Amino acid sequence: MKAHFKIVLLLLMFLSGISLNAQDSITAKADSVAAAAPASTATVAPSIDSGDTAWMIVAAAFVLMMTIPGLALFYGGLVRRKNVISVLMQCFAITGLITIEWVVVGYSMAFGSSEGWLKPFIGGFDWAFLKGIHITDLSPYFISHSQSTADGGTIGTIPHMVFILFQGMFAIITPALIIGAYAERIKFAGFALFTLLWALFVYNPIAHWVWSGDGWLFKMGALDFAGGTVVHINAGIAALVTAIMIGKRKYYEGHPTSPHNIPYVLIGASLLWVGWIGFNAGSGLAADGLAASAFLVTHLATATAAITWAALDWIFNKKPTLVGAATGAVAGLVAITPAAGFVDVTGALVIGLLVPVFCYIAVGIIKPRLGYDDSLDAFGVHGIGGIWGAIATGLLASPAIQSYQGLFYGNPAQLWIQTKAVLATLIYSGVVTFVLFWITDKLVGVRAADNDETEGLDITQHGETAYSKAD
Amino acid sequence: MKKIEAIIRKSKFEDVKKALHEVGIDFFTYWDATGVGRSTEKMIFRGQAIDTSKISRTMISIVVRDHNLQKTVDAILSSARTGELGDGKIFISDMEEVYRIRNGEKGPEALFIKGEEE
Repeated sequence: MKAHFKIVLLLLMFLSGISLNAQDSITAKADSVAAAAPASTATVAPSIDSGDTAWMIVAAAFVLMMTIPGLALFYGGLVRRKNVISVLMQCFAITGLITIEWVVVGYSMAFGSSEGWLKPFIGGFDWAFLKGIHITDLSPYFISHSQSTADGGTIGTIPHMVFILFQGMFAIITPALIIGAYAERIKFAGFALFTLLWALFVYNPIAHWVWSGDGWLFKMGALDFAGGTVVHINAGIAALVTAIMIGKRKYYEGHPTSPHNIPYVLIGASLLWVGWIGFNAGSGLAADGLAASAFLVTHLATATAAITWAALDWIFNKKPTLVGAATGAVAGLVAITPAAGFVDVTGALVIGLLVPVFCYIAVGIIKPRLGYDDSLDAFGVHGIGGIWGAIATGLLASPAIQSYQGLFYGNPAQLWIQTKAVLATLIYSGVVTFVLFWITDKLVGVRAADNDETEGLDITQHGETAYSKAD
Repeated sequence: MKKIEAIIRKSKFEDVKKALHEVGIDFFTYWDATGVGRSTEKMIFRGQAIDTSKISRTMISIVVRDHNLQKTVDAILSSARTGELGDGKIFISDMEEVYRIRNGEKGPEALFIKGEEE
């Protein structure tokens, strides 16, 4: 497996070979992070900005709400009544599991530094168990708000711990998105092991590539404001790979099963929508105009996508459906994610108008033709929506928001950089997911026994049923 | 005594209930029934029309004294009919015995309240 890993890394180094038009960093890493104590000689000592900090604490909590209960209810409502507990439990278990993983090594692997040839690909273990990070430390990562340190470096305005928490919530939701692909047929032990391996070997490296100051995609100038590549394309392609590897559900005949509770789907989608304001408007790491702009374009693109999907339903299936509108909203949120800090209102409208079209084709036409069973369309919505969002950022990034320009503002190079970031994520995540899922299958097995699947994962995996028949 | 079981369209339930009341049938049991048949219900999910392969109907069960049988059947026939395929069926069978739990009355007497019905 190690050899395999190296081959993949080499391939990615090759992809990054042509470094075009390296732009200014969206986030920059202060030179000395551990030594945060300012010297007394500095005229103005760096200090915590209470406005930024207050917003980022709330934003981090919002992102947690996206997974529990947002995504849990969204997915829980879409499955059949015999499997709702299993999906809720998987979301809840991921929240616990990844939080621990994040503190132990995850944050250090994603946002820490390493030496030598690994530096652009993965962080080291300096921050394992959040070692050396103190209550007074400021975040080494920042976007629009920063301040000078006594030793001439630059540092953010929020506590380092808030940044760790905010990023931790992203690490939680990303593997949770994949649940939609293998829902209704995975064995719980297989799910838990795969999730942990995937967080370690797929999420952490890709987060490092894109968001760490050392990351190779970051240095190449790839724009991903809140997680189009790291979260959505990454989880989306992993969803496609796992859906194909685990196989179709029993009695799957190329069409979806009926959602067991559409009001849950709506509650879940709405919590995702609200929580996503923290996700996107928090990704500027400050309470400022950029956060306001990210909120505005996120909300607008989502509203546009929800209405567009309902309209597509109305045109092609004669009725506007609620699940369609909710799915459209999620697709809109996915697509605007990488672009939220770079596009203006026009960009948001274009992104929101087109994403349901691509996702509709993917889940309504391509998936049934190809016959794979991505139970809840994790690839069709997050993968396809994420790819469109990342590409759209390369097209529509407007100099009116930050200094970055997309193709439509005269910078075709950005589109090529975005394309490379998309391809790198698809290839790395796809290949490593395949390997990890295969290993998990050999070690503990991923597919629930036929009988367990037919009877329902709730009672067979967890000994519980969602809806008791007794009074 | 006869048992009448009728499978009717959900949309016709209120009409049937009214018609039964009009001919003096005030007590009956009903429940949602699901069946398999030729015409199935279509659902839409994310751009795909899904054939659910099931049909939803309402099932009514009425136990009547023999002299009330025909008018009950006629009431259902006229009130549940649309003329389209899928209007449903009426099944009639003999009812061996009936008890009223409250006082142990048995037979036809258990099927009506004295003084209220002919």
